[in-house]
Amino acid sequence: MANLETVKDKCVRILEILFVDKKDPYADSRKAGMRALYKKELVDYFRSIRFLLVLLLIAITGITSVASAGAAIRSSISGSGSSAGINFLSIYTTSGQSMPSLVWFLSFLGPIVGLALGFDAISGERSRRTLSRLVSQPIYRDTVINGKFLAGVTIISIMVLSLGIVVGGIGIIMTGLPPTLEEFGRLLIFLIYTVVYISIWLAISLLFSLLFRHAATSALSGIALWLFLAIFLGMLADVIANVMAPVDPNNTTVAQALANDAWKMNISRISPTTLYSESAGVLLNPTQNSLGFVWTVIQLNGANVSNLSLGQSLLIVWPHLTALVALTIIVFAVSYICFMRQEIRA
Amino acid sequence: MADKNAIVRIENLTKKYGEVVAVNNLNLEIEEGEVFGLLGPNGAGKTTTILMLLGLTEPSGGKAEIYGHNCTRDPIGVKKVVGYLPDSVAFYGDMTGRENLRFTGELNGIPKKEIEERIDTLLKRVGMEEYADQKARTYSRGMTQRLGIADVLMKDPKVVLLDEPTLGIDPEGMREQLILIKELSVKDGRTVIVSSHMLYQVQQICDRVGIFSHGNLVACGPIEKLKEELSGEGYFETEFFAAPDNDELLAAMRSVKGVESVDKEKGVYVLRSKSDIRGALAEETLKKGFSLRHLRLRTGELEDIYRRFFEKEVV
Repeated sequence: MANLETVKDKCVRILEILFVDKKDPYADSRKAGMRALYKKELVDYFRSIRFLLVLLLIAITGITSVASAGAAIRSSISGSGSSAGINFLSIYTTSGQSMPSLVWFLSFLGPIVGLALGFDAISGERSRRTLSRLVSQPIYRDTVINGKFLAGVTIISIMVLSLGIVVGGIGIIMTGLPPTLEEFGRLLIFLIYTVVYISIWLAISLLFSLLFRHAATSALSGIALWLFLAIFLGMLADVIANVMAPVDPNNTTVAQALANDAWKMNISRISPTTLYSESAGVLLNPTQNSLGFVWTVIQLNGANVSNLSLGQSLLIVWPHLTALVALTIIVFAVSYICFMRQEIRA
Repeated sequence: MADKNAIVRIENLTKKYGEVVAVNNLNLEIEEGEVFGLLGPNGAGKTTTILMLLGLTEPSGGKAEIYGHNCTRDPIGVKKVVGYLPDSVAFYGDMTGRENLRFTGELNGIPKKEIEERIDTLLKRVGMEEYADQKARTYSRGMTQRLGIADVLMKDPKVVLLDEPTLGIDPEGMREQLILIKELSVKDGRTVIVSSHMLYQVQQICDRVGIFSHGNLVACGPIEKLKEELSGEGYFETEFFAAPDNDELLAAMRSVKGVESVDKEKGVYVLRSKSDIRGALAEETLKKGFSLRHLRLRTGELEDIYRRFFEKEVV
């Protein structure tokens, strides 16, 4: 009975910490702590070799993929003699002969960037034995996570924005297609989605770094989760969809195909990678007006679709952004609760 | 000891890890400006107590207060007035000593100008100004500990918690460290709580000590009083040696009034008695023509007090 009481007590406290807006008497120390931590983490990132490596990885993949995409676009224009259906944004979505498109690279490697920046954020402090000194300063524990996360997001934003702009520049030079204002807007929003997408993985790696004592365990768990979400979830979605809404191969009806596709899409949308790829497709291709199976059919039939305005495209992928942000918030809530209750020993 | 100056109040504080009781029903009050020693072997519950005082560990029962701030509910209020030097303190290796201190100052929201002034004074105080601009990873253990003291003082705390501050440093470094710690109380008027298993060194600077064993506070008070307490129980052990070492010496020792037993331990005789027999013992043996080589009352040292308490615990 006494045990039940303490459990209840603890639940109440966690709820208090999370939701009750008790007028914070230490708002000043919260701000000061946040600023100091943010500054230090940023400096740490810039000084670290890891940051350089990640930057190098992003730069190499970005530039090679855009170079091969540019070459592919050029040959297709000179081959057909027309640039119909090709615009400035194609440079981001076109795959070259041997290189996948930049969007594919970002959706595949983005998680690695996020994981690389955060996998030892807390466990590193622990193993260097600086964590107990840090948490004995008058700052809230969530400030520690927030400071590290914000610094990481800043780094990610700098990388993604500069990559987007450099790639765009190369694209203009190679294809001679200048962006319209709307295309530039699409590009900017796409880059914001990219930052959010990579930041989810930063949040996940932060969570792992405080759950696991060893940096290696935390990194491996992150990679395992990434492989699952990026690769296996898609296969799993196929299997489940075929069980739940089977399609008769000899006599497929539209209703069957749509039901099957709905299962597949909804399951694979658990993964941020799916959410991101879908939104990238819609944002960078003004003609894409639907998702999944329907869009595939439209493309296959070569139906003549008119361009959507930016607002219309955003309307399609707005739920995706909401979901991506919601995922981040969930990961954060879990991190707060775990870190709050964790004992810090030297 | 219901002193109205008590600034640290611990009531029935308990911490259990599953079935293991790390700290058992601790009651303790510490007064403003005193140096209090938490003494005991590893695993006795000293560090757990300190962590609970800082709100870094949630107690299973009871409560602790520092300057009226509840350590569990209001850890930020506590951390504003309490400086903590963790057990085997460490700094960010790729930052210099000065940068590390600056970071601590910024975390505490101290104005920029004041931070720089404080860094300079503190570095001078702990004798680290020469090395302040080297990367912290190049520091020796002793230097790191000294920088640790400067780091604790950055926030100008009223209470200083030091967990094993003398661990792993050489005797000379330890002596300097102890002087630094004592000054925190004597010069600055701060309250110092220092935990250690190195009893002899630490007793020199403590006004009061609490002896921990298996999560229990088995004794608490000024060293002198603890000694008396033990003497009151008739515990006197005298180490004695004289030349020549023969049967006559043994007989002479036994003939001294009050001696209950004589044993030989590590080359000296240990005489147990209910009163202080040193005078009578020296007189008797000198009279019989022995030359005195060694005479020491064991209960005078903290280690002996300490051992006694453990013997009591075990029994």
